[in-house]
Amino acid sequence: MAGDAKGGRLEARGLGQTYRLESGATREVLRDFNLTLEPGTLTALIGPSGCGKSVLINLLAGYETPTAGEIFLDGRKVVGPGPDRLVVFQETALFPWLTAFENVAYGPKIRGELKGPELTRAVMELLRLVGLDEFRDKYPAQLSGGMQRRAELARALINRPKATLLDEPFRGLDALTRSLMRDYYLNLFENRRGTQFFVTAELDEGLLLADRLVIATNLPAQVKKILKIDLPRPRSDEIRAAPEYLALKSEALELLHEEAMKSFKTGALTAADFVGAYAALN
Amino acid sequence: MIETASGSLKPALGELSQGRPRAGFFSRVGGGAKRWLRGPSPWLNLLGLVGFLVLWHLTTRVLKLPLFVKLPGPLDTVKEWFSIQPVYGISIFTLEYYQHIGLSCLRVFLAFLLATGLGVPLGLLMGWKKTFSDYAFPILELLRPIPMLAWVPLAILMWPTRESSIVFLTFLGSFFATLLNSWLGVKSIDQAYFRAAACLGASESLIFRKIVWPGAMPFVFTGLQISVGYAWFSLVAGEMLAGEFGLGYLIWDSYILVQYPVIIIAMLTLGLVGSLNSLAIRALGNFLIRWKKRESGQ
Repeated sequence: MAGDAKGGRLEARGLGQTYRLESGATREVLRDFNLTLEPGTLTALIGPSGCGKSVLINLLAGYETPTAGEIFLDGRKVVGPGPDRLVVFQETALFPWLTAFENVAYGPKIRGELKGPELTRAVMELLRLVGLDEFRDKYPAQLSGGMQRRAELARALINRPKATLLDEPFRGLDALTRSLMRDYYLNLFENRRGTQFFVTAELDEGLLLADRLVIATNLPAQVKKILKIDLPRPRSDEIRAAPEYLALKSEALELLHEEAMKSFKTGALTAADFVGAYAALN
Repeated sequence: MIETASGSLKPALGELSQGRPRAGFFSRVGGGAKRWLRGPSPWLNLLGLVGFLVLWHLTTRVLKLPLFVKLPGPLDTVKEWFSIQPVYGISIFTLEYYQHIGLSCLRVFLAFLLATGLGVPLGLLMGWKKTFSDYAFPILELLRPIPMLAWVPLAILMWPTRESSIVFLTFLGSFFATLLNSWLGVKSIDQAYFRAAACLGASESLIFRKIVWPGAMPFVFTGLQISVGYAWFSLVAGEMLAGEFGLGYLIWDSYILVQYPVIIIAMLTLGLVGSLNSLAIRALGNFLIRWKKRESGQ
């Protein structure tokens, strides 16, 4: 049984992940990572690329097994992937051989939860929510990048997952499409209210979307600080000029700056990356 | 006869898979053909063919170059091909001509069916399950490079009738191409699709039917086009060595009996039938893989 938007407390307890490289050396990506995603809230995680965000997503989704620590969903230990925790990928993972409609219908159909007119109604409702109802019979290759991401959101959310894990879902889209995607996404979130974990490399995106913003440290990644974002919803782009927003932003920048400097000093491989990302944030 | 993997797919994609996404197979092909006829391509194609015939005529009949002097010219060939009472007994008006064609086609069809029926599932399985490919890979890599002609003695020893040994040889030719391409087809599928399917709760059999099979389809059909080419190649070799009928036999027999125009007739017939084969597979492939095509104007 996948479709129950109630519940959805996803906990990472003492999570660690260390990879053995081919050279024989080890690379510790996560160390003692503790994070609780509260039911029905939107938590964003910010960090530059190469800081273990995708690894964290893979662990929470169950694609990889952690070398230390455990993951719990509503108190039950998580083993392997499942429709209660759905991932929206960085690059589109829509099945290219299925139409938009068939892609969205895929989950409930294969689990035999919805059939016939009921399935059609549910799929069309979601396609309407993401503005794709007129494109139901198009294949992914016939859709624009933004439309593909929206179809992907719909494909995940139709399963009413307890937790949705989004791994930089709007990466690679132009600024205009990105802000449009934010609106669609928030719209979906308000409509479904499952637990959301949104990984991003853009500070503004995190601040505009989230209830809580998690700032991660350099490798091995840990939670550096969690900022509570009490900005009123619905949030529009104008809120970026509000003093509360600016205060949060400067606090987040301060913390990211600290990490950037640290990684710069240690000369870590990701240092240049980090500084680059930090520069882009300003 | 043997086509390259990528070169042959593209033009057909352009011609065939336009139109409404749910249009039927034949209306799709029809629409493409109409557009093609309006363009300059048919005239250029015709010009190329005429140029080839003129060159053939010049080298064999007018200039009589040493390399070509023994060959029949296009006029002799065509005259024989379309004659009601052919000198050497083979023309479009003789039953024998169609018996040769029919038998060759039947052998290729049987062998191709076997090769596809065995090669595609085996290749998909090898691509999908690593354990399976670990078992099969060394055998495959040992047997695959053995030229089909090296199998001739074994084929004759193993099989009770000539017919079955020819079909076996033809089968071998196409089997490995099909197997290898089906395998590569699965390998080419992005891991993200497997992850997405696992995430959505798909079972193993569903993953096979909904991810492995459609995802590998483009490679499978490229493989089938190559493999039908190999099948004809192997067939002719088999028929020359062991046949009593068929186009390959006809070519060799005509050579022995000094009936040179018949050689050319049989060769051109092979070219025609082979092209039609590839065209049919390509058309079917384009129809099944229409999701690959971007809509025009998008």
